Amino acid sequence: MEKIEAKDVNFYYGDFHALKGISMEIPQNQVVAFIGPSGCGKSTFLRLFNRMNDLIPGTRLEGQILIDGQDIYGQDVHVDELRKNVGMVFQRPNPFPKSIFDNVAYGLRVNGIKDKKYIRERVEESLRGAALWDEVKDKLNDSAFALSGGQQQRLCIARAMAVSPSVLLMDEPASALDPISTAKVEELISELRSQVTIVIVTHNMQQAARVSDRTAFFYMGEMVEYDDTRTIFTNPHKEATQNYITGRFG
Amino acid sequence: MKRFMEKAVRWLLTASGFVTSLVILLIIGFLFTEGAGLFREKVIEEGYVLALHKDNPVRKMDAAQIKAVFDEDVTNWKELGGPDLPITAFRLEDMDKYFTEEELGEQYENAPEMIAALIGEHPGMVAFVPESMIPEGAQLSFIDDNNISVKEVLAGSEWFPTATPAPLFGMWPLLAGTLWVSFFAILFALPFGISIAVYMSEVASERVRNFLKPVIELLNGIPSVVYGFFGLIVIVPMLQQVFGLPVGESGLAGSIVLAIMALPTIVTVAEDAMRNCPRALREASLALGASRWQTVAKVVIPSSMSGIASGVVLGIGRAVGETMAVLMVTGNAAVIPHSILEPLRTIPATIAAELGEAPAGGAHYQSLFLLGVILFFITFFINLCVEYISHHNKAKNS
Repeated sequence: MEKIEAKDVNFYYGDFHALKGISMEIPQNQVVAFIGPSGCGKSTFLRLFNRMNDLIPGTRLEGQILIDGQDIYGQDVHVDELRKNVGMVFQRPNPFPKSIFDNVAYGLRVNGIKDKKYIRERVEESLRGAALWDEVKDKLNDSAFALSGGQQQRLCIARAMAVSPSVLLMDEPASALDPISTAKVEELISELRSQVTIVIVTHNMQQAARVSDRTAFFYMGEMVEYDDTRTIFTNPHKEATQNYITGRFG
Repeated sequence: MKRFMEKAVRWLLTASGFVTSLVILLIIGFLFTEGAGLFREKVIEEGYVLALHKDNPVRKMDAAQIKAVFDEDVTNWKELGGPDLPITAFRLEDMDKYFTEEELGEQYENAPEMIAALIGEHPGMVAFVPESMIPEGAQLSFIDDNNISVKEVLAGSEWFPTATPAPLFGMWPLLAGTLWVSFFAILFALPFGISIAVYMSEVASERVRNFLKPVIELLNGIPSVVYGFFGLIVIVPMLQQVFGLPVGESGLAGSIVLAIMALPTIVTVAEDAMRNCPRALREASLALGASRWQTVAKVVIPSSMSGIASGVVLGIGRAVGETMAVLMVTGNAAVIPHSILEPLRTIPATIAAELGEAPAGGAHYQSLFLLGVILFFITFFINLCVEYISHHNKAKNS
């Protein structure tokens, strides 16, 4: 069963043709990594899946993106509902200037959940899921800014998971973190794959190799190659891929 | 040569900084010494006395009582703790009611004796006369003349700085007028200011914002006397009609004009703060399925609260210190306002209106400086608030 399906996607920032004719399928409950040099369009492509690019004026999309078989750019799609189903973790930890508890509860509250008991349970569950519960259970009312960078990023993952999305988009989630925090986030990714389909953009090829089932290599707005991670890293079909993963450019 | 220039520039900057600071401190010092001088002044006008019949036991009267007596609001010594005796107030101007010109003499040379005799004849008389007109050794009593007290000034509810024999410097009506007008001004300006700021930062397209923002900032540059004129011509008659008031000049008119004047500050500062809300926070909120308005209400506004608060406090600062516009539209009645629809008078308006008429160095003059000191403390306090809020938030977000 394909979770996400992109059909001949072209994307423009004004006159700039950022994504060129990309088609791909992402299977359910897999981890798919997007790799490629800066400016290759991998983040742009990722942000199409929860319509984050809608916020940027002057952009234009051609082609279709389906999640669970439904065109997410269709007329009858509520973007709030879509984003609730497709969570996102950003490059830099971006907790709200609120308490730890309120950060995780935010998504539930804006989606109209008022049952305090349920919110409490869900917050605990999400923090446990993000392997953060033991570190923060005694200071849930402290400001999220009191946490370290790595903890903040796991808090953001917990926050995204609290609304039970079926897809989790991660835009270089570990690039601002130290190696130990990075390892924790990677560990988390392998644990979360049973619950969600994960699409992760990364600059770190070892990371892609470690965490993903499938890998897509982007270059200059095109998807050069998309295959099993093992194949991409051991036996790529395209020369550009070979050159990139062996560090000859990018 | 280069080294010499460096030194010269440094020396110049140090000197100018030092001189400027010194001048500012001197100005504040001047304000304070002049203001404090009021409390060294006597209650009764300088060079005059209040003379009584020698059997009258009353010695103490405060400024308000003296005024009441001479306004004939108090007509019996009983009310002042004396005997049951009607009061007759005597001023120098009343002389011809009692005496003919022949009796007084060509140069009024007989006046002192005549007055002393007159007081002797009327046990209930209190006479406000120059010290020089009291003959030596006259059998008279006098009201004790004390210094003007702090309590009478700060808590006094009557402002009659030119009253004779004893001016009243109760500053409470002016303080109340200032706070009253400022409070309502902020009450009007706040919802409008915040909504314009939200509109500009969250709703308006780039083109609308680029037009609107300079226009609103332009409002800051309009001289306040023009606002006052506008208020006088448009708002005052409008209020008079809408509320059916005897006069349209009222606290409300002042508040509305001030609100219009405070708007640009509030809008600009609040809008900047909201625009500076990190994009990452907005995206985080939207990515969780929050709508645009939920994001504004729950993330953008809370996270730019310090900026919004600074804007509001700066707006209050403007409202409190504004002089001209308020002077023109509030009606300037120095009474404690019971309703915003009544005329009232603010501290800055009082200073501006009265300083020209107050004799330099007199009690009235010093009382105006004291008003300046009070105003200084209010704005100083407001600035402290701005400082605290922005500092507090900086600490929170780092």
